[in-house]
Amino acid sequence: MERQVVDKAREAFQSGKSRSLPYRKQQLRALHRLITERQADIAQALKQDINKSVYDTTLFELIGLENDIKLAESNLVDWAAPRPVRKNLGTANDDVYIKPEPLGVVLIIGAWNYPWSLTLQPLVGAIAAGNAAVVKPSELSEHSAGLLKELLPQYLDKEMYPVVTGGVPETQELLKQRFDHIFYTGNSTVGKLVLEAAARHLTPVTLELGGKSPCYIDRNCDIAVACRRITWGKFANCGQTCIAPDYILCEASIQDRIIEEIGNTLREFYPEDAKKSPDYGRIINKRHFDRVMALKEGCTVAIGGESDGSQCYIAPTVLRDVLPHFRIMQEEIFGPLLPIITVDNLSEAINFINTREKPLALYVFSSDKKVIKRMLTETSSGGVTVNDVMMHYTLNSLPFGGVGNSGMGRYHGKHTFDQLSHHRACLIKTFAMEGLNDARYPPLTAARVRRAKIVLQSRLCRCSGMCVWAIISTIVSIGLLIALLVVLL
Amino acid sequence: MSTEQLAVQQARKAFLTGRSKPLEYRIQQLKNLSRFITEREKDITDALRKDLYKSENSTQLYEILGLVGEINLAVSKLSEWAAPRPVSKNLLTMSDEVFIHPEPLGVVLIIGAWNYPIAVTLQPLVGAIAAGNAAITKPSEVSSHTAEVLELLRHYLDPEMYPVVTGGVPETQELLKQRFDHIFYTGNSTVGKLVMVAAAHHLTPVTLELGGKSPCYIDKNCDIRIACRRITWGKYVNCGQTCIAPDYILCEPSIQDKVIDEIQKCIKEFYTHDPKSFADYGRIINQRHFKRLIALIEDSTVAVGGDSDEVECYIAPTVLRDVTSLSKVMQEEIFGPILPVVTINGIKEAIQFINEREKPLALYVFSSSNKVIKQIISDTSSGALLANDCLVHYTISDLPFGGVGNSGTGRYHGKYSFDQLSHLRSCLIKKLNMEMVNQMRYPPHTAEKLRWARFFLLKQINLAKWRQMAQVAMVAALASFVVQRFLR
Repeated sequence: MERQVVDKAREAFQSGKSRSLPYRKQQLRALHRLITERQADIAQALKQDINKSVYDTTLFELIGLENDIKLAESNLVDWAAPRPVRKNLGTANDDVYIKPEPLGVVLIIGAWNYPWSLTLQPLVGAIAAGNAAVVKPSELSEHSAGLLKELLPQYLDKEMYPVVTGGVPETQELLKQRFDHIFYTGNSTVGKLVLEAAARHLTPVTLELGGKSPCYIDRNCDIAVACRRITWGKFANCGQTCIAPDYILCEASIQDRIIEEIGNTLREFYPEDAKKSPDYGRIINKRHFDRVMALKEGCTVAIGGESDGSQCYIAPTVLRDVLPHFRIMQEEIFGPLLPIITVDNLSEAINFINTREKPLALYVFSSDKKVIKRMLTETSSGGVTVNDVMMHYTLNSLPFGGVGNSGMGRYHGKHTFDQLSHHRACLIKTFAMEGLNDARYPPLTAARVRRAKIVLQSRLCRCSGMCVWAIISTIVSIGLLIALLVVLL
Repeated sequence: MSTEQLAVQQARKAFLTGRSKPLEYRIQQLKNLSRFITEREKDITDALRKDLYKSENSTQLYEILGLVGEINLAVSKLSEWAAPRPVSKNLLTMSDEVFIHPEPLGVVLIIGAWNYPIAVTLQPLVGAIAAGNAAITKPSEVSSHTAEVLELLRHYLDPEMYPVVTGGVPETQELLKQRFDHIFYTGNSTVGKLVMVAAAHHLTPVTLELGGKSPCYIDKNCDIRIACRRITWGKYVNCGQTCIAPDYILCEPSIQDKVIDEIQKCIKEFYTHDPKSFADYGRIINQRHFKRLIALIEDSTVAVGGDSDEVECYIAPTVLRDVTSLSKVMQEEIFGPILPVVTINGIKEAIQFINEREKPLALYVFSSSNKVIKQIISDTSSGALLANDCLVHYTISDLPFGGVGNSGTGRYHGKYSFDQLSHLRSCLIKKLNMEMVNQMRYPPHTAEKLRWARFFLLKQINLAKWRQMAQVAMVAALASFVVQRFLR
């Protein structure tokens, strides 16, 4: 069944329909309509899946998606246009540019924690770049998957962008097929399997994985504000965010203060009780509930710790004096448990971070520029936000992605378009100036080689529109300025 | 511990000392690489002559020139490439620092090829060094003399940071078991898949510069004489052993004779009537490939050339006529001095022929009609497209060089090498003030807060456009002031 769907999508792609920019824009507008018209249904599905509140649905799932769709729609012509490049003496009379082209059929495997944005934001890029796309939402967020399967064909070209639901067997079957790009969001273990499957067809991949995103709090900072921001980032979606601050690193002297401030913030966010608050989520299913609960093993609970298996509810929990060998430090938490590990100083914190896999995000809270600089230059991570958490995700001019175990490739905004396009180098020469070519033809002499050297190693400016506008406006402005001076004097 | 394991371990240790981070170190190493090329030019030239019968001038033109250009470019542009790259902000981040910070990946494995063993092995190394990585260089054992010369790199480059590991298949397999932060492979698709599968175990990103059959379409509406000159040059350079050589010709039957005739004339002009004794005509790399190529000609009609000498691994510049899609020579990438001409009826059939096959590394079209060129561009796909010439897109360092589909993944040359072997880390530096603004995102959520969030997040600010508009306004104001003064 999966094979047929992929074959149909390839046929649809080969018809050439998706090459036309108006077609792509139309599909993007249809996607926009889907998320605006059916917002209530989406919110309902998310509530059933993961107890997401209506506000969180908008804030975390839909705004970013809407942003990307609008950006793609308004910039599509620019993005898809040939991009001129700098020439050299040998190509002075030629057309030299990079032409973005569709890859073909893209497979998008979504995740369950933000099932709409993480599944559909890649789709925006796939559509904008002119590809066909097979969308496979995560079966763990089953209501969202079911709703997507029902809605997408009602709005989008259902042969070009089919939705395939199912679990592991269906995904494995999909991964046997040949795609022109596979975009996977999830964990590193499955990421390796996806990459292996892709390798058999030489298919390029984008892997948005995870890891333990460290959060270093310097004693030299506004701890109250820092803790507010961290508390928000950590407990949003019940900690089930790939870029949630996973654990805190700080000096022992400020641990108590941090715990106090987080406690204050939690009371402010969930005045009665997190369990009663419509804004506090649940763990996605029993299996993950059990997994997260087991991570508490051996830890000292400083805040929270309560749970309710029948609801998959775990209270916002802070653990103090956690040690590196504890269970909770062996895997990505992906839940509302916030361990605090004390270190002696910044160097120890940096060392701690560097002995582990490169994380998807890294957070530093400090008023001291030197501390920030050291953290940036001496560690590596997919992305960084300083003095806040997660916000680098919201700016679509910043490419979003991991490095090492946290992933490969990047997306958001124009980056998705670029990631799911082939950037074809084009050089259009004429039949003229054949004399110049003699330098390269045999019989080769030292003189010819010298000539070739001069031609190859010269550089000409890229005379694009921007350059011309800049030159003209500068000349005109200077001219007017001179005229003004003359007149005044 | 195996030699390979040790080399990788040492390289990682060297990388972790942090000494490849400062730009001065990287520039120094690049300059040392440059010195290697100039001081060892004779050794390099001798090795290439023994491996591939490359003439001294060919070595200069095809191996050294491009490489030196890349090194010089990297040295002069490194501070620009490695600097933080600011990006456009939105309302929420107006007062923040937002930029992309290029960082080294760590330890890169570079697996070279045998056809341009210096250029294709060392150009990725330039990018690896410039990006601040450590790099293991594994030259191809097939071009054995050049591999030996490359071992001399240890006298020029930091030997722990940039070791050269030689050897054949077992040594390469051993290397591929180790963990790298990027693997850069140049070669064929079959081994490319194995490299990618090995990389998958460690979630290592790869750049695969592979190959394929690069089609060359000659429109009847073009200057056939010049087209054939350029194609002849591109095809028989290095005895056809170039990943972007025009693999086969597609043309209408009415011009086949003229095409073959012109190519024959060029072959005589370039390589004399005895290419075997001509210094600038190469040899097939080894017996295995020689036999492979001879077998490819078996079921086709030879129009030009066809003679060979097994002892010298010499195959004359050969053209085959009336080749069909079923001929042996059309079943694999030729990688030799055999040029099949396949006849098709018109551009639509040519496009169909191309699209039935894997996406090639390069696609060539010769036509005086812009319409034809545009049609080929829009209806096909390939790593690169070159109209009215062959190979030269390789020399433009601002064009990304790489394949698509079966012809490869990733790209390099110039700044692209630097970017390909860097991690481009997104950085957002906020301050701890203005906490009021964040209220709209904190629970308890209200409709009011949400409205504010939508406003801030969905507003697109194009600072560049505002700046341009402000400039125009200023110039207009200035102009009107001046005009008023003059009119008075």
